[in-house]
Amino acid sequence: MSDILPAGTPAPDFTLPVTPDQKLSLSELRGRPVILAFYPADWSPVCGDQMGLYNEIMPEFQKHRAELLGISVDGPWCHEAFSQARGYHFPLLADFEPKGKVAREYGVYRDGEGVSQRALFVIDKDGKIAWSYLSPIAVNPGADGILDALEKLPK
Amino acid sequence: MTSLRVPVSPEDHTQGDPKAPCTLVEYGDYECPHCGHAYPIVKRVQAHFGDRLLFVYRNFPLTRAHPNAEPAAEAAEFAATQGKFWEMHDDLFENQNHLGPRLYQKLAVKSSLDPVALADALDSGQFQEHVRADFMGGVRSGVNGTPTFFINGVRHDGPFDYPALIGAINAALAESKS
Repeated sequence: MSDILPAGTPAPDFTLPVTPDQKLSLSELRGRPVILAFYPADWSPVCGDQMGLYNEIMPEFQKHRAELLGISVDGPWCHEAFSQARGYHFPLLADFEPKGKVAREYGVYRDGEGVSQRALFVIDKDGKIAWSYLSPIAVNPGADGILDALEKLPK
Repeated sequence: MTSLRVPVSPEDHTQGDPKAPCTLVEYGDYECPHCGHAYPIVKRVQAHFGDRLLFVYRNFPLTRAHPNAEPAAEAAEFAATQGKFWEMHDDLFENQNHLGPRLYQKLAVKSSLDPVALADALDSGQFQEHVRADFMGGVRSGVNGTPTFFINGVRHDGPFDYPALIGAINAALAESKS
């Protein structure tokens, strides 16, 4: 039985480092849809891994005015190196200190391994979770669920 | 269970019997090393199943990660208009480390295609829309990286080494009989 926050729940606000010296709060993005993509760790050895895939699909997300945020427990310097190496055009948030706090609040932290699950949330412009999905950790969930959910949001 | 949203049609690039009991769709990127690795494996799988398998290739270029993936895909689509898709598809994967305009010209000549027409097609972006349509169809179908395989319309989430693909296709064949 998964603890992942279901659709209809208000999305817990958070403030996390988005670069080594800047922070981002979810509430700053109120007024547009937000895609929150939790993933276990940076530097997986796969081209077209989950974050890479979303990087390719960003124009489609932008059609819905949706902001994409990646989030893992890696620290901000790790994120910066990873993002630059792969050429990502969206922020990676560091759920680093306290470790996994935001992942826990969304019900997607893996205690034993100390990383977050692969979990997706689409949050509507009023800050409510419109759709959430927990993927088996070894399976990249792709973007079809995200796009379906964005299309169902009221305009 | 993630499923293919764009059904296989006569517009697709296919190899094998359209009435085959199993269809294998690959969404691929010519510059992706994993697809390069899968290329000979797919050929072995095709040889193994013969007319029990229809193979379909669709484009999923990861353009931000692979700068040559898009033009390579367009070159193959150009070849398709002259009935030489599979020759070009194979040549591109076999020359994956040398993708670029000079290679496409060389491969065009090899397949008796007009290299000037190919260069024009790439410059004008004639096949960009087709490749993009493949890509978006893949996104909506849950393609989650390259290569992504669909067996009888269901995304294959396991490894794509030879035994894994044989096993998955055998399972699909057994199911299609019941």
